[in-house]
Amino acid sequence: MSEIQIADVAMRFGTRHGEVKALERISLTVPDGQFACIVGPSGCGKSTLLMIAAGLVTPTEGEVRLNGKPTLEPGADRGMVFQSYSLYPWLSVRRNIEFGPEIKRVPPADRRKTSSELIHLMKLDGFADAYPKVLSGGMKQRAAIARALANDPEVLLMDEPFGALDAQTRQIMQELLTDIWQRYRKTVLFVTHDIEEAIFLGDVIYVMTSRPGRIRTTLRVDIPRPRTFDTLTGRRFAELRNQVVGIIHEESLKAVESELARA
Amino acid sequence: MSRVPAARVAPAPSAVRPRRSRGFVRTYLTPKQAIPGRARAILAVGSFVFVVGVWTLLAALVQNPLFVPSPYQVVLTWWDMMVNLAFYNDVGWSTFRIVAGFLLAAVVAVPLGLLMGSFEVVRSFFNPPINAIRYMPASAFIPLLILLQGLGEDEKITIIWIGVFFQLVLMVMDIAHRVPDEMLSVAYTLGASRWTVFYKVFLPATFPEVVDALRITMGWAWTYLIVAELVAAEHGIGSFILIAERYLRADRIIAAIITIGVLGLITDTLFAAIHRIAFPYVQKVRA
Repeated sequence: MSEIQIADVAMRFGTRHGEVKALERISLTVPDGQFACIVGPSGCGKSTLLMIAAGLVTPTEGEVRLNGKPTLEPGADRGMVFQSYSLYPWLSVRRNIEFGPEIKRVPPADRRKTSSELIHLMKLDGFADAYPKVLSGGMKQRAAIARALANDPEVLLMDEPFGALDAQTRQIMQELLTDIWQRYRKTVLFVTHDIEEAIFLGDVIYVMTSRPGRIRTTLRVDIPRPRTFDTLTGRRFAELRNQVVGIIHEESLKAVESELARA
Repeated sequence: MSRVPAARVAPAPSAVRPRRSRGFVRTYLTPKQAIPGRARAILAVGSFVFVVGVWTLLAALVQNPLFVPSPYQVVLTWWDMMVNLAFYNDVGWSTFRIVAGFLLAAVVAVPLGLLMGSFEVVRSFFNPPINAIRYMPASAFIPLLILLQGLGEDEKITIIWIGVFFQLVLMVMDIAHRVPDEMLSVAYTLGASRWTVFYKVFLPATFPEVVDALRITMGWAWTYLIVAELVAAEHGIGSFILIAERYLRADRIIAAIITIGVLGLITDTLFAAIHRIAFPYVQKVRA
Protein backbone atom coordinates (compact mmCIF):
# COMPACT_ATOMS: atom_id res chain seq x y z
CA MET A 1 0.00 0.00 0.00
CA SER A 2 1.65 3.22 -1.16
CA GLU A 3 -0.69 6.10 -1.57
CA ILE A 4 0.32 9.71 -1.90
CA GLN A 5 -2.11 12.44 -1.16
CA ILE A 6 -1.77 16.13 -1.82
CA ALA A 7 -4.18 17.88 0.51
CA ASP A 8 -5.27 21.49 0.00
CA VAL A 9 -1.80 22.57 -1.06
CA ALA A 10 -1.33 26.24 -1.88
CA MET A 11 1.90 28.02 -2.69
CA ARG A 12 2.62 31.74 -2.65
CA PHE A 13 5.93 33.45 -3.30
CA GLY A 14 6.87 36.86 -2.04
CA THR A 15 8.52 38.91 -4.78
CA ARG A 16 9.50 42.53 -5.17
CA HIS A 17 6.22 43.18 -6.93
CA GLY A 18 4.19 41.69 -4.13
CA GLU A 19 2.88 38.23 -3.57
CA VAL A 20 2.59 35.77 -6.44
CA LYS A 21 0.14 32.91 -6.21
CA ALA A 22 1.76 29.89 -7.79
CA LEU A 23 -0.62 27.15 -6.69
CA GLU A 24 -4.16 27.47 -5.43
CA ARG A 25 -5.67 24.78 -3.24
CA ILE A 26 -4.71 21.62 -4.99
CA SER A 27 -5.94 18.27 -3.79
CA LEU A 28 -5.34 14.96 -5.43
CA THR A 29 -4.75 11.39 -4.40
CA VAL A 30 -2.69 8.87 -6.26
CA PRO A 31 -3.76 5.43 -5.02
CA ASP A 32 -1.41 2.47 -4.77
CA GLY A 33 0.00 1.40 -8.12
CA GLN A 34 -1.51 4.22 -10.14
CA PHE A 35 0.34 6.14 -12.80
CA ALA A 36 -0.85 9.73 -12.57
CA CYS A 37 0.24 12.48 -14.94
CA ILE A 38 0.07 16.22 -14.43
CA VAL A 39 -0.01 18.34 -17.56
CA GLY A 40 -0.34 22.07 -17.83
CA PRO A 41 0.92 25.11 -19.67
CA SER A 42 4.44 26.21 -18.87
CA GLY A 43 4.72 28.24 -15.68
CA CYS A 44 1.59 26.74 -14.14
CA GLY A 45 3.54 25.46 -11.15
CA LYS A 46 3.40 21.77 -11.96
CA SER A 47 7.09 21.30 -11.16
CA THR A 48 6.63 23.21 -7.91
CA LEU A 49 3.80 20.85 -7.05
CA LEU A 50 6.11 17.89 -7.57
CA MET A 51 8.84 19.48 -5.46
CA ILE A 52 6.24 19.90 -2.73
CA ALA A 53 5.24 16.25 -3.09
CA ALA A 54 8.89 15.28 -2.68
CA GLY A 55 9.21 17.44 0.42
CA LEU A 56 11.87 19.61 -1.19
CA VAL A 57 9.63 22.68 -1.02
CA THR A 58 7.37 23.50 1.89
CA PRO A 59 3.92 24.62 0.77
CA THR A 60 2.37 27.79 2.16
CA GLU A 61 -0.75 25.85 3.01
CA GLY A 62 -1.80 22.24 3.08
CA GLU A 63 0.25 19.08 3.36
CA VAL A 64 1.40 15.97 1.60
CA ARG A 65 0.47 12.63 3.09
CA LEU A 66 2.04 9.30 2.38
CA ASN A 67 -0.23 6.42 3.37
CA GLY A 68 -2.19 8.88 5.48
CA LYS A 69 0.80 10.23 7.40
CA PRO A 70 1.90 13.84 6.81
CA THR A 71 5.43 14.21 5.42
CA LEU A 72 7.64 17.10 6.34
CA GLU A 73 11.02 16.33 4.86
CA PRO A 74 12.24 14.65 1.68
CA GLY A 75 13.03 10.99 2.10
CA ALA A 76 13.81 7.70 0.41
CA ASP A 77 10.09 6.85 0.35
CA ARG A 78 9.54 9.38 -2.44
CA GLY A 79 12.15 8.89 -5.16
CA MET A 80 12.56 11.63 -7.71
CA VAL A 81 13.78 11.78 -11.30
CA PHE A 82 14.69 15.19 -12.67
CA GLN A 83 15.00 16.39 -16.23
CA SER A 84 18.71 17.14 -16.08
CA TYR A 85 21.89 17.13 -13.99
CA SER A 86 20.55 13.93 -12.62
CA LEU A 87 23.56 11.63 -12.50
CA TYR A 88 26.65 12.22 -10.42
CA PRO A 89 29.46 12.65 -12.95
CA TRP A 90 32.14 11.35 -10.58
CA LEU A 91 30.42 7.99 -10.07
CA SER A 92 30.17 5.14 -12.55
CA VAL A 93 26.71 4.13 -13.77
CA ARG A 94 26.68 1.26 -11.29
CA ARG A 95 27.72 3.40 -8.34
CA ASN A 96 25.15 6.01 -9.31
CA ILE A 97 22.46 3.35 -9.23
CA GLU A 98 23.77 2.02 -5.91
CA PHE A 99 23.84 5.48 -4.33
CA GLY A 100 20.56 5.05 -2.42
CA PRO A 101 21.22 1.50 -1.21
CA GLU A 102 24.74 2.56 -0.20
CA ILE A 103 23.34 5.30 2.03
CA LYS A 104 20.94 2.79 3.54
CA ARG A 105 23.94 0.53 4.22
CA VAL A 106 22.62 -2.33 2.17
CA PRO A 107 25.31 -5.06 2.06
CA PRO A 108 27.52 -4.74 -1.07
CA ALA A 109 26.47 -8.11 -2.48
CA ASP A 110 22.76 -7.22 -2.33
CA ARG A 111 23.46 -3.80 -3.76
CA ARG A 112 25.28 -5.31 -6.64
CA LYS A 113 22.49 -7.75 -7.35
CA THR A 114 19.94 -4.92 -7.49
CA SER A 115 22.10 -2.71 -9.70
CA SER A 116 22.98 -5.55 -12.09
CA GLU A 117 19.30 -6.35 -12.50
CA LEU A 118 18.36 -2.73 -13.18
CA ILE A 119 21.29 -2.18 -15.54
CA HIS A 120 20.01 -5.07 -17.62
CA LEU A 121 16.38 -4.01 -17.37
CA MET A 122 17.20 -0.45 -18.39
CA LYS A 123 19.26 -1.63 -21.33
CA LEU A 124 22.53 -0.29 -19.97
CA ASP A 125 24.46 -3.56 -20.32
CA GLY A 126 28.11 -2.92 -20.91
CA PHE A 127 27.97 0.55 -19.38
CA ALA A 128 28.04 -0.43 -15.72
CA ASP A 129 31.53 0.92 -15.16
CA ALA A 130 31.28 3.88 -17.55
CA TYR A 131 31.14 7.45 -16.32
CA PRO A 132 28.01 9.43 -17.22
CA LYS A 133 29.96 11.63 -19.63
CA VAL A 134 30.05 8.85 -22.23
CA LEU A 135 26.29 8.19 -22.07
CA SER A 136 23.73 9.61 -24.47
CA GLY A 137 20.85 11.69 -23.09
CA GLY A 138 18.48 8.73 -23.20
CA MET A 139 20.93 6.45 -21.42
CA LYS A 140 21.51 9.06 -18.73
CA GLN A 141 17.80 9.24 -17.98
CA ARG A 142 17.51 5.45 -17.99
CA ALA A 143 20.31 5.34 -15.43
CA ALA A 144 18.58 8.03 -13.39
CA ILE A 145 15.35 6.04 -13.37
CA ALA A 146 17.30 2.91 -12.42
CA ARG A 147 18.85 4.83 -9.54
CA ALA A 148 15.43 5.87 -8.26
CA LEU A 149 14.08 2.30 -8.59
CA ALA A 150 17.13 0.77 -6.89
CA ASN A 151 16.01 2.48 -3.72
CA ASP A 152 12.58 0.84 -3.96
CA PRO A 153 10.63 3.99 -3.12
CA GLU A 154 6.93 3.91 -2.27
CA VAL A 155 6.22 6.63 -4.78
CA LEU A 156 8.13 7.64 -7.87
CA LEU A 157 8.05 11.35 -8.71
CA MET A 158 9.13 12.32 -12.21
CA ASP A 159 9.65 15.89 -13.32
CA GLU A 160 9.63 15.98 -17.12
CA PRO A 161 12.24 13.23 -17.21
CA PHE A 162 12.18 13.03 -21.01
CA GLY A 163 11.78 16.76 -21.63
CA ALA A 164 15.34 17.26 -22.84
CA LEU A 165 15.37 14.29 -25.22
CA ASP A 166 14.69 14.30 -28.93
CA ALA A 167 11.31 13.04 -30.13
CA GLN A 168 12.47 9.58 -31.25
CA THR A 169 14.40 8.86 -28.06
CA ARG A 170 11.48 10.12 -26.01
CA GLN A 171 9.11 7.65 -27.65
CA ILE A 172 11.48 4.75 -26.94
CA MET A 173 11.85 5.91 -23.34
CA GLN A 174 8.09 6.08 -22.86
CA GLU A 175 7.69 2.54 -24.11
CA LEU A 176 10.47 1.37 -21.81
CA LEU A 177 8.91 3.19 -18.87
CA THR A 178 5.47 1.58 -19.37
CA ASP A 179 7.16 -1.82 -19.50
CA ILE A 180 9.08 -1.12 -16.31
CA TRP A 181 5.97 0.23 -14.63
CA GLN A 182 3.98 -2.91 -15.57
CA ARG A 183 6.69 -4.88 -13.84
CA TYR A 184 7.06 -2.88 -10.63
CA ARG A 185 3.59 -1.30 -10.36
CA LYS A 186 4.92 1.70 -8.49
CA THR A 187 2.73 4.61 -7.58
CA VAL A 188 3.89 7.31 -9.99
CA LEU A 189 3.31 11.04 -10.18
CA PHE A 190 4.61 12.22 -13.51
CA VAL A 191 4.82 15.87 -14.58
CA THR A 192 5.03 16.77 -18.25
CA HIS A 193 4.02 19.40 -20.75
CA ASP A 194 3.77 16.75 -23.46
CA ILE A 195 0.11 15.78 -23.78
CA GLU A 196 0.69 12.63 -25.81
CA GLU A 197 3.24 11.48 -23.30
CA ALA A 198 0.73 11.92 -20.49
CA ILE A 199 -1.97 9.96 -22.34
CA PHE A 200 0.43 7.21 -23.38
CA LEU A 201 1.77 6.70 -19.86
CA GLY A 202 -0.99 7.66 -17.45
CA ASP A 203 -3.98 6.05 -15.83
CA VAL A 204 -5.19 9.48 -14.84
CA ILE A 205 -4.35 12.92 -16.19
CA TYR A 206 -4.67 16.06 -14.13
CA VAL A 207 -4.85 19.10 -16.37
CA MET A 208 -3.71 22.26 -14.63
CA THR A 209 -4.72 25.84 -15.27
CA SER A 210 -2.29 28.65 -15.91
CA ARG A 211 -1.01 30.57 -12.89
CA PRO A 212 -2.26 30.38 -10.26
CA GLY A 213 -2.19 26.67 -10.90
CA ARG A 214 -5.33 24.72 -10.09
CA ILE A 215 -6.52 21.37 -11.29
CA ARG A 216 -8.99 22.16 -13.99
CA THR A 217 -9.91 18.72 -15.23
CA THR A 218 -9.26 15.16 -14.24
CA LEU A 219 -9.32 12.63 -17.04
CA ARG A 220 -9.27 8.85 -16.80
CA VAL A 221 -7.27 7.29 -19.58
CA ASP A 222 -9.37 4.26 -20.48
CA ILE A 223 -6.92 2.86 -22.98
CA PRO A 224 -6.12 -0.73 -22.04
CA ARG A 225 -2.64 -1.86 -21.10
CA PRO A 226 -0.12 -3.01 -22.06
CA ARG A 227 0.24 0.04 -24.25
CA THR A 228 2.51 -0.17 -27.21
CA PHE A 229 3.52 1.93 -30.16
CA ASP A 230 0.15 1.07 -31.79
CA THR A 231 -1.66 2.80 -28.94
CA LEU A 232 -0.54 6.11 -30.44
CA THR A 233 -2.49 5.57 -33.64
CA GLY A 234 -5.68 4.43 -31.94
CA ARG A 235 -8.96 6.33 -32.09
CA ARG A 236 -9.37 6.73 -28.35
CA PHE A 237 -5.88 8.15 -28.12
CA ALA A 238 -6.74 10.82 -30.69
CA GLU A 239 -9.98 11.72 -28.91
CA LEU A 240 -8.28 12.16 -25.56
CA ARG A 241 -5.48 14.15 -27.15
CA ASN A 242 -7.86 16.56 -28.85
CA GLN A 243 -9.72 17.04 -25.61
CA VAL A 244 -6.58 17.87 -23.63
CA VAL A 245 -5.08 19.98 -26.40
CA GLY A 246 -8.20 22.14 -26.38
CA ILE A 247 -8.04 22.74 -22.65
CA ILE A 248 -4.31 23.44 -22.60
CA HIS A 249 -4.60 25.80 -25.53
CA GLU A 250 -7.28 27.78 -23.76
CA GLU A 251 -5.16 27.94 -20.61
CA SER A 252 -2.03 28.96 -22.51
CA LEU A 253 -3.95 31.81 -24.13
CA LYS A 254 -5.12 32.92 -20.70
CA ALA A 255 -1.53 32.87 -19.49
CA VAL A 256 -0.41 35.08 -22.36
CA GLU A 257 -3.27 37.49 -21.78
CA SER A 258 -2.56 37.82 -18.08
CA GLU A 259 1.10 38.45 -18.90
CA LEU A 260 0.04 41.21 -21.26
CA ALA A 261 -2.31 42.65 -18.66
CA ARG A 262 0.52 42.78 -16.15
CA ALA A 263 2.89 44.49 -18.59
CA MET B 1 33.97 17.47 -34.40
CA SER B 2 30.56 18.42 -35.62
CA ARG B 3 31.58 22.02 -36.14
CA VAL B 4 33.14 21.28 -39.49
CA PRO B 5 30.97 22.67 -42.27
CA ALA B 6 29.31 20.05 -44.38
CA ALA B 7 31.50 20.81 -47.36
CA ARG B 8 34.47 19.26 -45.57
CA VAL B 9 32.79 16.19 -44.22
CA ALA B 10 31.80 14.24 -47.28
CA PRO B 11 34.04 14.22 -50.31
CA ALA B 12 31.88 13.00 -53.17
CA PRO B 13 32.78 9.42 -54.03
CA SER B 14 33.83 9.23 -57.62
CA ALA B 15 35.95 6.93 -59.75
CA VAL B 16 38.54 9.49 -60.65
CA ARG B 17 38.55 11.31 -57.31
CA PRO B 18 39.98 14.58 -58.48
CA ARG B 19 41.91 16.19 -55.68
CA ARG B 20 39.67 18.88 -54.36
CA SER B 21 41.55 21.92 -53.41
CA ARG B 22 39.65 23.76 -50.74
CA GLY B 23 41.64 26.90 -51.07
CA PHE B 24 43.85 28.62 -48.55
CA VAL B 25 41.27 31.12 -47.36
CA ARG B 26 38.60 28.49 -46.78
CA THR B 27 40.93 26.15 -44.90
CA TYR B 28 42.71 28.63 -42.70
CA LEU B 29 40.53 31.72 -42.45
CA THR B 30 37.07 30.35 -41.64
CA PRO B 31 36.21 31.52 -38.12
CA LYS B 32 36.27 28.75 -35.48
CA GLN B 33 37.21 26.14 -38.05
CA ALA B 34 39.80 23.53 -37.00
CA ILE B 35 42.96 23.64 -39.07
CA PRO B 36 45.04 20.58 -40.03
CA GLY B 37 47.10 19.17 -37.14
CA ARG B 38 50.38 19.66 -38.93
CA ALA B 39 49.68 23.29 -39.58
CA ARG B 40 48.91 23.75 -35.90
CA ALA B 41 52.24 22.19 -34.87
CA ILE B 42 54.18 24.26 -37.38
CA LEU B 43 52.53 27.45 -36.14
CA ALA B 44 53.28 26.58 -32.51
CA VAL B 45 56.96 25.95 -33.14
CA GLY B 46 57.08 28.83 -35.58
CA SER B 47 55.93 31.32 -32.96
CA PHE B 48 58.92 30.46 -30.75
CA VAL B 49 61.30 30.63 -33.68
CA PHE B 50 59.79 34.00 -34.59
CA VAL B 51 60.21 35.46 -31.11
CA VAL B 52 63.81 34.27 -30.80
CA GLY B 53 64.48 35.48 -34.34
CA VAL B 54 63.19 38.99 -33.69
CA TRP B 55 65.12 39.11 -30.45
CA THR B 56 68.37 38.02 -32.18
CA LEU B 57 67.83 40.55 -34.92
CA LEU B 58 67.17 43.30 -32.40
CA ALA B 59 70.33 42.40 -30.48
CA ALA B 60 72.33 42.47 -33.70
CA LEU B 61 70.92 45.88 -34.68
CA VAL B 62 71.32 47.57 -31.31
CA GLN B 63 74.82 46.16 -30.83
CA ASN B 64 74.74 46.90 -27.12
CA PRO B 65 74.88 43.72 -25.04
CA LEU B 66 74.50 45.82 -21.92
CA PHE B 67 70.85 46.53 -22.68
CA VAL B 68 69.86 44.06 -25.36
CA PRO B 69 71.77 40.81 -24.93
CA SER B 70 71.28 38.13 -27.56
CA PRO B 71 69.37 34.93 -26.75
CA TYR B 72 72.57 32.96 -26.97
CA GLN B 73 74.25 35.23 -24.45
CA VAL B 74 71.29 34.88 -22.06
CA VAL B 75 71.57 31.09 -22.19
CA LEU B 76 75.28 31.32 -21.34
CA THR B 77 74.52 33.75 -18.51
CA TRP B 78 71.81 31.46 -17.15
CA TRP B 79 74.26 28.59 -17.01
CA ASP B 80 76.84 30.82 -15.34
CA MET B 81 74.19 31.93 -12.79
CA MET B 82 73.47 28.33 -11.91
CA VAL B 83 77.11 27.29 -11.59
CA ASN B 84 78.82 30.35 -10.11
CA LEU B 85 76.12 32.43 -8.42
CA ALA B 86 74.09 29.60 -6.92
CA PHE B 87 70.97 31.01 -8.57
CA TYR B 88 69.13 27.80 -7.71
CA ASN B 89 69.45 28.93 -4.12
CA ASP B 90 67.32 32.00 -4.95
CA VAL B 91 64.93 29.83 -6.92
CA GLY B 92 64.64 27.60 -3.87
CA TRP B 93 63.82 30.50 -1.56
CA SER B 94 61.20 31.90 -3.90
CA THR B 95 59.64 28.47 -4.38
CA PHE B 96 59.50 27.94 -0.63
CA ARG B 97 57.72 31.28 -0.10
CA ILE B 98 55.28 30.61 -2.91
CA VAL B 99 54.41 27.15 -1.68
CA ALA B 100 54.08 28.28 1.95
CA GLY B 101 52.02 31.39 1.19
CA PHE B 102 49.87 29.61 -1.35
CA LEU B 103 49.17 26.60 0.86
CA LEU B 104 48.30 28.78 3.84
CA ALA B 105 45.91 30.79 1.67
CA ALA B 106 44.33 27.72 0.06
CA VAL B 107 43.87 25.90 3.36
CA VAL B 108 41.66 28.73 4.61
CA ALA B 109 40.16 29.97 1.34
CA VAL B 110 38.86 26.65 -0.02
CA PRO B 111 36.83 25.59 3.04
CA LEU B 112 35.59 29.11 3.65
CA GLY B 113 34.64 29.54 -0.01
CA LEU B 114 32.75 26.25 0.01
CA LEU B 115 30.88 27.27 3.14
CA MET B 116 30.11 30.69 1.70
CA GLY B 117 28.82 29.11 -1.48
CA SER B 118 26.53 26.70 0.29
CA PHE B 119 25.32 28.55 3.39
CA GLU B 120 23.78 31.95 2.97
CA VAL B 121 24.45 32.64 6.63
CA VAL B 122 28.20 32.36 6.07
CA ARG B 123 28.07 34.19 2.75
CA SER B 124 26.17 37.19 4.11
CA PHE B 125 28.71 37.57 6.90
CA PHE B 126 31.99 37.19 4.99
CA ASN B 127 31.16 38.41 1.50
CA PRO B 128 31.07 42.20 2.02
CA PRO B 129 34.52 42.61 3.63
CA ILE B 130 36.20 40.07 1.34
CA ASN B 131 34.70 41.68 -1.72
CA ALA B 132 35.95 45.08 -0.59
CA ILE B 133 39.47 43.93 0.25
CA ARG B 134 39.73 42.14 -3.11
CA TYR B 135 40.00 45.51 -4.81
CA MET B 136 42.91 46.59 -2.65
CA PRO B 137 46.09 45.53 -4.44
CA ALA B 138 48.18 43.12 -2.39
CA SER B 139 51.37 44.98 -3.33
CA ALA B 140 50.06 48.14 -1.62
CA PHE B 141 50.18 46.25 1.67
CA ILE B 142 53.94 45.69 1.42
CA PRO B 143 55.08 48.86 3.26
CA LEU B 144 52.52 48.28 5.98
CA LEU B 145 53.57 44.69 6.41
CA ILE B 146 57.24 45.68 6.55
CA LEU B 147 56.32 48.02 9.42
CA LEU B 148 54.34 45.31 11.16
CA GLN B 149 56.38 42.21 10.43
CA GLY B 150 59.82 43.38 9.38
CA LEU B 151 61.71 41.99 6.40
CA GLY B 152 61.60 38.30 7.22
CA GLU B 153 59.86 35.38 5.60
CA ASP B 154 56.55 36.00 7.33
CA GLU B 155 56.20 39.32 5.52
CA LYS B 156 56.65 37.68 2.07
CA ILE B 157 54.30 34.87 2.93
CA THR B 158 51.67 37.32 4.16
CA ILE B 159 51.82 39.25 0.88
CA ILE B 160 51.23 36.07 -1.10
CA TRP B 161 48.50 35.08 1.31
CA ILE B 162 46.69 38.40 0.82
CA GLY B 163 47.11 38.24 -2.94
CA VAL B 164 45.80 34.70 -3.22
CA PHE B 165 43.29 34.36 -0.41
CA PHE B 166 40.77 37.05 -1.30
CA GLN B 167 40.62 36.06 -4.96
CA LEU B 168 40.53 32.34 -4.31
CA VAL B 169 37.83 32.48 -1.67
CA LEU B 170 35.46 34.27 -4.03
CA MET B 171 36.24 31.92 -6.91
CA VAL B 172 35.55 28.89 -4.73
CA MET B 173 32.35 30.48 -3.44
CA ASP B 174 31.18 30.91 -6.99
CA ILE B 175 32.00 27.30 -7.83
CA ALA B 176 30.07 26.07 -4.80
CA HIS B 177 27.18 28.32 -5.67
CA ARG B 178 26.96 26.85 -9.17
CA VAL B 179 26.45 23.24 -8.05
CA PRO B 180 23.05 22.40 -9.59
CA ASP B 181 20.24 22.20 -7.02
CA GLU B 182 18.93 19.04 -8.69
CA MET B 183 22.10 17.17 -7.73
CA LEU B 184 21.45 17.84 -4.07
CA SER B 185 17.69 17.36 -4.32
CA VAL B 186 18.07 13.92 -5.87
CA ALA B 187 20.27 12.85 -2.97
CA TYR B 188 17.64 13.93 -0.45
CA THR B 189 14.99 11.89 -2.26
CA LEU B 190 17.35 8.92 -2.15
CA GLY B 191 17.34 9.17 1.62
CA ALA B 192 20.50 11.16 2.24
CA SER B 193 20.82 13.32 5.34
CA ARG B 194 22.06 16.91 5.14
CA TRP B 195 25.54 15.82 6.18
CA THR B 196 25.61 12.99 3.62
CA VAL B 197 24.50 15.35 0.89
CA PHE B 198 27.28 17.74 1.88
CA TYR B 199 30.19 15.31 1.81
CA LYS B 200 28.97 12.77 -0.72
CA VAL B 201 27.44 15.11 -3.31
CA PHE B 202 28.26 18.75 -2.74
CA LEU B 203 31.99 18.38 -2.07
CA PRO B 204 32.80 15.99 -4.93
CA ALA B 205 30.74 18.18 -7.27
CA THR B 206 33.07 21.13 -6.57
CA PHE B 207 36.47 19.37 -6.59
CA PRO B 208 37.45 19.58 -10.27
CA GLU B 209 36.72 23.29 -10.52
CA VAL B 210 38.42 24.01 -7.20
CA VAL B 211 41.63 22.47 -8.54
CA ASP B 212 41.23 24.69 -11.59
CA ALA B 213 40.87 27.75 -9.36
CA LEU B 214 44.01 26.75 -7.45
CA ARG B 215 45.89 26.46 -10.72
CA ILE B 216 44.87 29.95 -11.79
CA THR B 217 45.59 31.66 -8.47
CA MET B 218 48.98 29.92 -8.24
CA GLY B 219 50.01 31.95 -11.28
CA TRP B 220 49.02 35.18 -9.55
CA ALA B 221 51.03 34.20 -6.46
CA TRP B 222 54.24 34.54 -8.48
CA THR B 223 53.49 38.15 -9.34
CA TYR B 224 52.96 39.12 -5.70
CA LEU B 225 56.05 37.27 -4.56
CA ILE B 226 58.36 38.96 -7.06
CA VAL B 227 57.00 42.38 -6.15
CA ALA B 228 57.59 41.65 -2.47
CA GLU B 229 61.11 40.44 -3.19
CA LEU B 230 61.88 43.46 -5.37
CA VAL B 231 60.93 45.80 -2.55
CA ALA B 232 63.05 44.16 0.09
CA ALA B 233 64.53 40.70 0.37
CA GLU B 234 67.82 38.97 1.03
CA HIS B 235 67.24 35.98 -1.22
CA GLY B 236 64.88 35.02 -3.94
CA ILE B 237 64.50 35.58 -7.65
CA GLY B 238 63.13 39.09 -7.10
CA SER B 239 66.12 40.18 -5.07
CA PHE B 240 68.42 38.57 -7.65
CA ILE B 241 66.76 40.72 -10.34
CA LEU B 242 67.20 43.84 -8.23
CA ILE B 243 70.90 43.19 -7.71
CA ALA B 244 71.35 42.44 -11.41
CA GLU B 245 69.82 45.82 -12.21
CA ARG B 246 72.36 47.59 -10.01
CA TYR B 247 75.18 45.94 -11.95
CA LEU B 248 73.50 46.74 -15.28
CA ARG B 249 73.18 43.05 -16.10
CA ALA B 250 70.15 42.92 -18.40
CA ASP B 251 71.14 39.39 -19.43
CA ARG B 252 70.76 38.17 -15.86
CA ILE B 253 67.41 39.92 -15.46
CA ILE B 254 66.10 38.29 -18.60
CA ALA B 255 67.44 34.88 -17.57
CA ALA B 256 65.73 35.25 -14.18
CA ILE B 257 62.42 36.28 -15.72
CA ILE B 258 62.49 33.34 -18.09
CA THR B 259 63.21 31.08 -15.13
CA ILE B 260 60.04 32.32 -13.43
CA GLY B 261 58.11 31.64 -16.62
CA VAL B 262 59.43 28.10 -16.77
CA LEU B 263 58.59 27.52 -13.09
CA GLY B 264 55.08 28.77 -13.77
CA LEU B 265 54.76 26.44 -16.72
CA ILE B 266 55.91 23.51 -14.59
CA THR B 267 53.37 24.15 -11.82
CA ASP B 268 50.65 24.63 -14.41
CA THR B 269 51.48 21.31 -16.06
CA LEU B 270 51.55 19.71 -12.62
CA PHE B 271 48.05 20.98 -11.81
CA ALA B 272 46.76 19.88 -15.20
CA ALA B 273 48.19 16.40 -14.57
CA ILE B 274 46.59 16.25 -11.11
CA HIS B 275 43.32 17.25 -12.70
CA ARG B 276 43.56 14.57 -15.36
CA ILE B 277 44.46 11.81 -12.93
CA ALA B 278 42.08 12.76 -10.10
CA PHE B 279 39.05 13.61 -12.22
CA PRO B 280 38.93 11.23 -15.18
CA TYR B 281 35.18 11.71 -15.35
CA VAL B 282 35.27 15.40 -16.27
CA GLN B 283 33.99 16.00 -19.78
CA LYS B 284 37.08 17.73 -21.12
CA VAL B 285 40.00 19.29 -19.31
CA ARG B 286 40.58 21.98 -21.94
CA ALA B 287 42.55 22.25 -25.08
